[in-house]
Amino acid sequence: MNILIFGANSDLGNQIAQIHASQGDNLFLTARTEVQLDRIKSDLEIRHKAEIQTFELDAIDFEQHPQLLDRIEISEMDRVYCVFGYLGEQEKAEKDFGESRQIIEVNYTGAVSLLNPIAEVFAQKGAGSIIGISSVAGERGRMSNYMYGSAKAAFTAYLDGMRNRLAHKGVHVMTVKPGFMRTKMTEGLPLAAPLTANPDKAAKIIVKAASKKKNTIYVLPIWRWVMLIIRNVPEFIFKKLKL
Amino acid sequence: MRKEELSNWGNYPKVKAELHFPESAEEVRQLLSSAQRLVPRGNGRSYGDSSLGKAILSSKRLDKFLAFDEKAGILHCEAGVLLSEILEVVVPSGFFLPVTPGTKFITVGGAIAADVHGKNHHVDACFSEHLLFIDVVVETGELIRCSKAEHSELFWETVGGMGNTGFILGASFRLKPVETAFIRQESLKAKNLEEVMAFFEESESWTYTVAWIDCLQKGKNQGRSLLLRGEHAKKEDLPAKWKEKPLTQPKKLQLNMPMQLPGFVLNTFSIKAFNFLYYHKQFSKSSKAIVPYEPFFYPLDFIHNWNRMYGKKGFTQYQFVLPKEKSREGLKEILDQIRISRQGSFLTVLKLFGKSNPLAPHTFPQEGYTLAMDFPIRKGLPDLLKKLDEIVLKFEGRLYLAKDAFMSKAMYEHTYPEFPKPSIFSSDQQIRLST
Repeated sequence: MNILIFGANSDLGNQIAQIHASQGDNLFLTARTEVQLDRIKSDLEIRHKAEIQTFELDAIDFEQHPQLLDRIEISEMDRVYCVFGYLGEQEKAEKDFGESRQIIEVNYTGAVSLLNPIAEVFAQKGAGSIIGISSVAGERGRMSNYMYGSAKAAFTAYLDGMRNRLAHKGVHVMTVKPGFMRTKMTEGLPLAAPLTANPDKAAKIIVKAASKKKNTIYVLPIWRWVMLIIRNVPEFIFKKLKL
Repeated sequence: MRKEELSNWGNYPKVKAELHFPESAEEVRQLLSSAQRLVPRGNGRSYGDSSLGKAILSSKRLDKFLAFDEKAGILHCEAGVLLSEILEVVVPSGFFLPVTPGTKFITVGGAIAADVHGKNHHVDACFSEHLLFIDVVVETGELIRCSKAEHSELFWETVGGMGNTGFILGASFRLKPVETAFIRQESLKAKNLEEVMAFFEESESWTYTVAWIDCLQKGKNQGRSLLLRGEHAKKEDLPAKWKEKPLTQPKKLQLNMPMQLPGFVLNTFSIKAFNFLYYHKQFSKSSKAIVPYEPFFYPLDFIHNWNRMYGKKGFTQYQFVLPKEKSREGLKEILDQIRISRQGSFLTVLKLFGKSNPLAPHTFPQEGYTLAMDFPIRKGLPDLLKKLDEIVLKFEGRLYLAKDAFMSKAMYEHTYPEFPKPSIFSSDQQIRLST
């Protein structure tokens, strides 16, 4: 298989790459800088004797995207993971539109800019699989991270609609809601251990679910119940909580 | 950055620390500009306080392989790569680590900082011997590539330097070619110290030697032990079932120590019983076998979290080396002392080191016998260790810094006179030993 991963320098993206490389798949990886790409590439080549191609990509350099997708030859791809994301700082984003914009553009606009043309190509060839890493934060806005949550909510809705559209064309679309993960993104945050997945375990679950053509998954099953509760707290109570 | 309570493998002492996980020299540089003291740390498999501090610079995210020359057998990787990961990559290609300690769950950076030794010290010396270069970010933030030829002062200060000279980013080193993933092993039963020392001396031509001692025996049984010696097996040594895939190990069971055992589980009686069974598991005076490399090199890695055996209070490892000509007398006194204290060690390991490297002043091994023991942390322990320290000093030996948690400042100054003063990269151990 030909596997394309947007955001391969993230902990999750790297672990997904490790699994596919160990299965003998060809990997097409993007990250922001050449330095990052070089170390990921040599590592995967040495560990798994894998075929790796790398591409410098900034999620919000939209102008650059069409040209990059040409170089990757997306019609040859079998599966695409969109892993990059930007948590940002909620408090900063409230006062500084620059931060809000960064959060929205990385998590939503950037993903749309890259996945729209891929959806088009996959629809035409009637095959392929698109996996978007969204977030449980998109299920209900909370005071602690609604800027990130709103961008992920948009991404989740986008993937829902795309799945609806592409299901008729034989293309698989999967939405992943990871919950807490111990990664670079969450460093310094106090995470409750039973609710937290390590990226290597999360990657295994995601790759397996993608192979089974699942629609929407929570990485840890407990999150389905946690979010069921959070979504159903009546608003007159919810707004009094400090979540 | 992450805040966490943590300890090294001995679970003693514990510290509350801020952890940083840089991925590049640039990120280390940024951290250096704002920090008071940053302690380099790998996988936390040293035993005491040698990679602990309030602010920790972890190599966990420096986990990438950078180049592997399969012709020359040279590997270049980042400092946070574990020896276990290296073995997974290089053994199928017909290579092995040139030097490995008794666990494969340490990082390359840690192996360099402690300049680890293995069962082959008398033949292959320490890890530093096989290094082609090290990349170190020094106090000024500068990234320096050092080797035996280039910036050699920094190189020799860094190997065995316990992280004091800077943060190791990566290294390149030579691997050892092997034909199989198996070891041709012989085990010899020694009835006392004299006999096991004789076995060591007659086994000099063997690549790997080590002995397990029952430290609670006395009189003519003192030093009763099992000596293991081994060589990398050749293809023709293998039984038919392994011959087809000589570089693949058979699958094995993994055990986990699920929780901390209560302190009373380890007592003189259980230790005696264990050592009795261990010694008598082999009936004949000597036995030969072909075994996969894992149980030979890493018998304890097979039980994940075996350190939990010592309970919440944790344990310390006490490893010393004595000059060869004074070893016999010194070992006798030390074993006597341990037996009298009734604080026997569960697993006691004896090994004869080869010559030391005069260029590497901080590297622990010197020619002579080294003994490593585990002691659970309990009330009488500091007194016992003090007595052992006195004997080690009397016989002009010294302790291994990667395992120490109790040494006195005086002993340190006497036995590591050339160790550098604490720097921005100093661990709690360095502070304890120099202030």
